[in-house]
Amino acid sequence: MKCSEFLQELTNYLDGVIDDRTKSELEDHLAWCHNCYVVCDTTKKTIEIYRDSQLYELPEDLRTRLRSAIVSKCQQHKKTGPQSV
Amino acid sequence: MSTIQPRVEQPVSDELALVQAAKGGDVAAFEELVRRYDRNVFRIAQHITQNREDAEDVVQDAFLKAYTNLGQFQGQSKFYTWLVRIAVNEALMKLRRRRPERTVSLDEEVKTEDDSLPREVADWSPNPEQQYSQAELREILTRTIQGLPPGFRTVFVLRDVEGLSTEETAEALDLSIPAVKSRLLRARLQLRERLSRFFQKPESGDGNK
Ligand SMILES: [Zn+2]
Repeated sequence: MKCSEFLQELTNYLDGVIDDRTKSELEDHLAWCHNCYVVCDTTKKTIEIYRDSQLYELPEDLRTRLRSAIVSKCQQHKKTGPQSV
Repeated sequence: MSTIQPRVEQPVSDELALVQAAKGGDVAAFEELVRRYDRNVFRIAQHITQNREDAEDVVQDAFLKAYTNLGQFQGQSKFYTWLVRIAVNEALMKLRRRRPERTVSLDEEVKTEDDSLPREVADWSPNPEQQYSQAELREILTRTIQGLPPGFRTVFVLRDVEGLSTEETAEALDLSIPAVKSRLLRARLQLRERLSRFFQKPESGDGNK
């Protein structure tokens, strides 16, 4: 397996959607190719860092404000009927 | 090396009941749906629009649109996937309005030159995120993801941050599954490459061996 072939399968490998045979080929490659090992490992970290990053959390006060605006618009819509929106 | 575990999703068994009630005009039931997904919609919207006020508008517009179009929700997909699809479209409209000079489309042809082969292969520090303060890390992550083309950014956010499946992401973005997979791979590799500048081991200055 070449490095480029490894990379093509990287996403499937990290997501665990891959058949056993391909998986063991990939792991053979990882065992001797340090570059691909590092790429694989740091890509996984990249995903985990973003997943845990809590970027753009919605602050509670804004959340409450948005929700009541949505609810009152929905009630408005309910009263006046579908044509008005 | 273990695989990435998806975020555990809440059971959706009662969700159809909420949707049914909301369809019948029960605003309280709809409010419960808002409560479940407003944070997700806000995050997605802000990742796409990169603008706080736009993201606030998208949250309101997307939920209102969902409410008024509930009759069209078939129940074949999850309510959340259907909602995300609406939210993504609203967010893209905002983005286009703000940047009319640039084409903003999810199916834009992104250059296929070999950007997938990593150039920087330096290993990272064991806990790279701990080298930075919370605020610094936030800045690094925000800037890095903002540098991706919208089509890559959105796929990455839906798949890897929000934990939608490949199929759900394809449905929400109206893309084919192979298109989602190839964008996801490139988004992941590009983010990795860009983060390497900040996270590589201090002692290994030149990573290219
Ligand atoms: Zn390799």
